[in-house]
Amino acid sequence: MIGSSAANAFFPHRHLLGIEALSPAEIERLLDLADSYANLPKDDERARKLLRGRTVINLFFETSTRTSTSFELAAKRLGGDVITMSVGTSSIKKGETLLDTAMTLNAMKPDVMVVRHSESGAVNLLSQKVDGSVINAGDGRHEHPTQALLDALTIRRRLGKLDGLLVAICGDILHSRVARSNIHLLTKMGARVRVIAPLTLLPSNIDRMGVEVFTDMRKGLKDVDIVMMLRLQLERMQGAYVPSTREYFRFYGLDYDKLAAAKPDALIMHPGPMNRGVEIDSEVADDINRSVIREQVEMGVAVRMACLDALTRNLTGNQ
Amino acid sequence: MTPPPSAPAKPPRRQDRPLALVNARIVDPASNRDEPGGVLVDNGIIQEIGARVTRASAPENAEILDCRGQVLAPGLIDMRVQLREPGEEHKETIATASLAAAAGGVTSMVCLPNTEPIIDDVAGVEFIARRARETKRAKIYCYGALTQGLEGKDLVEMALLADSGALGFTDGIKATGDVQVMRRALTYARSFDLLVIQHPEDPRLAAGGAMNNGELSTRLGLPGIPAYAEVMMIERDLHLVRGSGARYHAAHISTAAAVEAIRKAKQEGLRVTCDTAPPYFSLNENEIGDYRTFAKLSPPLRGESDRRAIAAGLADGVIDCIASDHAPHDVESKRVPFAQAEAGIVGLETLLPISLEPHHKGAMSLLAALRCLTARPADILGLPQGRLSKGAPADMVLIDLDRPHKIDVAKFRSKSKNSPYDGRPVQGCVLKTFVDGRLVYSLEGER
Repeated sequence: MIGSSAANAFFPHRHLLGIEALSPAEIERLLDLADSYANLPKDDERARKLLRGRTVINLFFETSTRTSTSFELAAKRLGGDVITMSVGTSSIKKGETLLDTAMTLNAMKPDVMVVRHSESGAVNLLSQKVDGSVINAGDGRHEHPTQALLDALTIRRRLGKLDGLLVAICGDILHSRVARSNIHLLTKMGARVRVIAPLTLLPSNIDRMGVEVFTDMRKGLKDVDIVMMLRLQLERMQGAYVPSTREYFRFYGLDYDKLAAAKPDALIMHPGPMNRGVEIDSEVADDINRSVIREQVEMGVAVRMACLDALTRNLTGNQ
Repeated sequence: MTPPPSAPAKPPRRQDRPLALVNARIVDPASNRDEPGGVLVDNGIIQEIGARVTRASAPENAEILDCRGQVLAPGLIDMRVQLREPGEEHKETIATASLAAAAGGVTSMVCLPNTEPIIDDVAGVEFIARRARETKRAKIYCYGALTQGLEGKDLVEMALLADSGALGFTDGIKATGDVQVMRRALTYARSFDLLVIQHPEDPRLAAGGAMNNGELSTRLGLPGIPAYAEVMMIERDLHLVRGSGARYHAAHISTAAAVEAIRKAKQEGLRVTCDTAPPYFSLNENEIGDYRTFAKLSPPLRGESDRRAIAAGLADGVIDCIASDHAPHDVESKRVPFAQAEAGIVGLETLLPISLEPHHKGAMSLLAALRCLTARPADILGLPQGRLSKGAPADMVLIDLDRPHKIDVAKFRSKSKNSPYDGRPVQGCVLKTFVDGRLVYSLEGER
């Protein structure tokens, strides 16, 4: 299916702004495509033709290393021309600058813009003003669709399915776009999702998104197939949302003791970057039998290749 | 204390001829009158009203206007607008707002002190009064800041400002959060029987919030403001009102809990009034959809149950007034990520049609709906207009109650177009607007 020219029907969206708007079939197709890229040697010649002559601009209003690198590599492996722009958050406080920057770059006729921004909805706003396709690489607390896709691909390759799995997402759900995209994706694909956190880190009415809420980590982890840990920013653990790092690790940090409640072969995931000793014990994170954290990074490139491929199939002509 | 100046907008212009509006449906909430008749105006003052005023009975030299049975009501009094002058004339000016007001049937409006410079001294009040006199189309009043620089610390010269024409005191779009400051402000205001107006929202709970807290804010990943931030501030203030005996007005209430708190306070006999704005009974938070910044308000649009409670509070009279809460913003203030966008909508030109919706749905009588826009705000503000009675200023609006049309922001006279109502089908429109007997707007002249 790589390089298949069947347009629109494959992925009938101009942009990839979030998981919420996708159907289970569309998610399935993206995962299948990504899976085929994951099996491909990284210098595959067929793949290198797919984005030939296409321009991809990575526009990061919020600093990121792994996501921007992953997108950059993905575009290069497909033979596209890619540039990455990191626009410091300090110079972008004013909203006008967001659209000004977008319009300026749009005038250079990129086929795809990969955008990250610290404000929820900012990528949606930008997508309304540009001519090409836009991929959301994370907007505020809203969505981070490629992360959810790479998590799903990692799970699928390990366990062969998503349907019927029991997944626990633990930590700072309130501020997490990764959590929201994963909740959308996993529930759409038939998995059961639990969220585990102190109530100060859970947004209101999160249960209305189809998840079960737990404040006791051992109870929440009981019999789960997957443990997804989220990063908790240190400044949020100094009294604002959680009294201290020590208290947080004691009750919500993932260690072997709490992990014992999960299924014996439960997988451990983390979107990175990790705070070792805060939300996750170092040994657990490095447990080669349980932790798939490195695999997640690897799948990231394949998923982003699939997204770039899918979206550019909808573009007319090779410029 | 001298009463507020009756008409800082303009001394009545010497009219050459009396004006007789005949064959109208006169709807005057102040006197509960809803009957066929006419109004005779001379020198900007209503001289006669009722069935006696006909084409035949009008003075020989009078100009006659046949109203063809349409509704003739007092001109609307909009008790909460932001005019952006001085300081932000790129968003609105007193002149453009007056055009918008006339087209919206608004003959009097009261602006907030959050201009640049802030209206917290006598010079500021006099500036508005002077600009108001130059404006031919609407009467313009202002509130003074409650605290100097709207900083929530030191009181302004309330009595001096009131003497210059300030109709009340408020920190505008900011809550007066410090409880000791609010206590002193209310106590001091009581000495002169001045009105204190609160933006009722706990500032700490609202800090950083972009919309109503709940499932939708969770889905959109936007920081939420809990609905109870409103009633907490109102209930706090009610203790201070009880202790001071002051006159207190809660602006733009938006929650069921606030309606209940005000209801109880009124039953207790406290001197408490409140208003709401059209979005809070006509829209809910779902209007935000895909981060539509035109649906970003302060207080935020609430859930459907709160919207219904506000509509019910209007219908049963707990909510005294409807104010437009006119908040003009230029494109640059709204075409940004949701959390960074300015809050507020332009409202002068949609105030009447949206406020007529509860009437058309059968939830409110026409008298009750118009009372919220005329007699009630006039009484609270101590203004002589807002009624069709002998001796009152001839501020009037002629309304085609049933005419269907679609709201079209492109036609707004307001300099800013930030309205969530664009394209909304509504019923009822302004035909003519009169200020002191002068025709300041006519629909026919427009099209």
